[in-house]
Amino acid sequence: MTKRSSLAPNRPGPSKVARAWEILAVPVVVTLLSLLVGAVVILGSELIVTGRKFDPFLWFTAYAALVQGAFGGTDAIVSTLVYTTPLVFGGLAVAFGFKAGLFNIGAQGQFLVGALGAVIVGVALADAPAPIAIVAATMAGIIAGGLWGFIPGFLKAVSGAHEVVSTIMLNYVAVQLLAALVSGPLKVPKSPSPVTYDVGNAAYPIVIGGTGHIGIILAIVAAGFVWWLLFRTTWGFEIRSVGANPDAARYAGMRPKLLTIATMTFSGGLAGLAGTSVLLGVTHSMTSAFGTTVGFDSIAVALLARSNPIGVVAAALLFGSMRAGAGLMQINAGIPVELVDVLQATILLFLVASPVLRRVLRLRGVQAGIAETAATNALGTEPTD
Amino acid sequence: MDLTPFINGLYGIPVFGVLLQVIGYLVAVIPPNAPNIMQQATPLALAALCGVLCERSGVVNIGIEGTMLAAAFTAWVVGVAIQPMFGTPNPSDIFGITIPLIISLAAGVGVAMAISALHAWLSISLRADQIISGTIINIAAVGLTGYLNQLISQNSPAGAGEFARFVPPTALTNLPGIGWILAMLLNQGPISISVIVLVIGTQLWLFRSRWGLRTRAVGEHPRAAETVGIDVIRVRYRNVILGGAFAGLAGAFLSIEATNSFQDDMTAGRGFIALAAMIMGRWTPIGSFGAALLFATFLQLGQVINISPPSGELGTIMASVPPQLFDALPYILTIVILAGVVGRSIPPAADGQPYEREAAT
Repeated sequence: MTKRSSLAPNRPGPSKVARAWEILAVPVVVTLLSLLVGAVVILGSELIVTGRKFDPFLWFTAYAALVQGAFGGTDAIVSTLVYTTPLVFGGLAVAFGFKAGLFNIGAQGQFLVGALGAVIVGVALADAPAPIAIVAATMAGIIAGGLWGFIPGFLKAVSGAHEVVSTIMLNYVAVQLLAALVSGPLKVPKSPSPVTYDVGNAAYPIVIGGTGHIGIILAIVAAGFVWWLLFRTTWGFEIRSVGANPDAARYAGMRPKLLTIATMTFSGGLAGLAGTSVLLGVTHSMTSAFGTTVGFDSIAVALLARSNPIGVVAAALLFGSMRAGAGLMQINAGIPVELVDVLQATILLFLVASPVLRRVLRLRGVQAGIAETAATNALGTEPTD
Repeated sequence: MDLTPFINGLYGIPVFGVLLQVIGYLVAVIPPNAPNIMQQATPLALAALCGVLCERSGVVNIGIEGTMLAAAFTAWVVGVAIQPMFGTPNPSDIFGITIPLIISLAAGVGVAMAISALHAWLSISLRADQIISGTIINIAAVGLTGYLNQLISQNSPAGAGEFARFVPPTALTNLPGIGWILAMLLNQGPISISVIVLVIGTQLWLFRSRWGLRTRAVGEHPRAAETVGIDVIRVRYRNVILGGAFAGLAGAFLSIEATNSFQDDMTAGRGFIALAAMIMGRWTPIGSFGAALLFATFLQLGQVINISPPSGELGTIMASVPPQLFDALPYILTIVILAGVVGRSIPPAADGQPYEREAAT
């Protein structure tokens, strides 16, 4: 699919530096460009909105605070890692789907249901020995998320219902399911606000600094595992084949429908793990307002990483550090934390417009986004043969 | 004649009686709440029209949610900005129209059309993945409106007011049988009243006009359409941008007709319920409107049941049902319909596929 394979065989291979540049150029330039746009937004909003004295270097103050909030000192770095962890799991979930040509836009819902699974088992085992409680609650989160991913995978395989639409719908069903359970059977009796019990012994132990829970290590392990799965196993090869060309894969004896179900389930499990890591590692109990933007950030992470598991870790670190530093940016420079969303959207926008960008940078062959996977086909339903 | 003993007798029948109780409850509750149901349905129906226009021409637009949000914010913020220039508003008798409100509405619709033009450029010209393009619009809209709203709301400014509702004569609304339907459609602000006209207009346009025929041809088989001389790219651009105008109306409805304020993320997933309504309505304007009304009824019922719960057996059953079920019903129904369990819904054949002209052009 990629143009890389069409390089003439007798041409000398590009040097290592040139290859690294070809891979990294687009993400790096895109990130820098969006920081530039962010600076323009800061200056522009200063000009239009607030009645404060105009400060031409406010953008610098803001970005300095962002960096300081993300990397200035041990606490900041640990906080960055904590923000990064669910993004790694979520990014892996979306990237794994992309590799099979599936757009799992439902990471948000799987995240919530995964956390729900973890809190149910975690609360039930709150007084059990810690290792048992942690493993059981984590498994419950993975299974719950996997189940929420299985539904769209199964529907797609059986009836051709497009995964994009069904996962969007399931995102909202998950929100309502969570609200119903947290304000219903899971609620602490007599509590004024809907909140569950604490997970007690099922909470992840702290291994780095004051808040760095064990999920951070789990995230790195997961990235390695997904890489191994995709590039060193038969199953991974089949997934990538189906993603590149479903018809060819079927002629080669693979079973795209079965792979669709398996991929969505596995992807949902990873997204469920993202929710589990937040619940067992950070919040330890669940309110009806539980939920972050992790699900949608994960899409950005996977796209920026070009669906590469190792790239996912780097991209998650970028977005995680932005989220971690945003608070200090708001305090020091008075810039609302929502700037991070603006930066993220701009990064995606430049990524999507990267054909234009590549022409400017004179790059060839490097594909961005999910160009490697089969494009999203007809929405809604597809003919099932 | 008093029917109460007879009705109570019917309600007493096991299982079937509960069904009758549901019907009885709906008959009792829906007519007085009909104008509110229409209020809920308005943004859904308008956004679904946007979806129909886009997808009938073969462009998937999941960025409707973000487009609506941006339009809602723009309409409100433009009102805030221009309000001082016009002094004390002097609302006209019809719909409370003022000049700032008209300008706000135009700004909201204009921004929505500009965003749709961006989506068109990304997905039609650059042939980027349309889902990603829509996701970008959603993330950017939440980010930018949240960012600017944070900065602006520090001064707690006042908006340009809101459109007033038309009050139909009681002679009409008191008509037996259809009075409540007239009240539902007419006891509304200007955007809400225009929905029924826009729905019927779009239906006729899509299925009875040359442009509509071309739109459908481009959505089903763009290659064939091109061979008979239809400019696929232009038709798609036009439909997506026109659809943006509908999404803009839906957004402006939220911030300058239903309320006179803007809150972060005030669309609250309506853009996605609209997609659900579009699918359930089988990609037709009237069908989408019907689905939007159905979903709006669910949403409204979820609130009504808290205020005036049904009595008897039905009340006992309803007390054990979590209220969130009503909010989740539209999404669950959509999945069921999409999966073909009940009445399959099939999208235009070329929906979501970028179109590439043949080389020699």
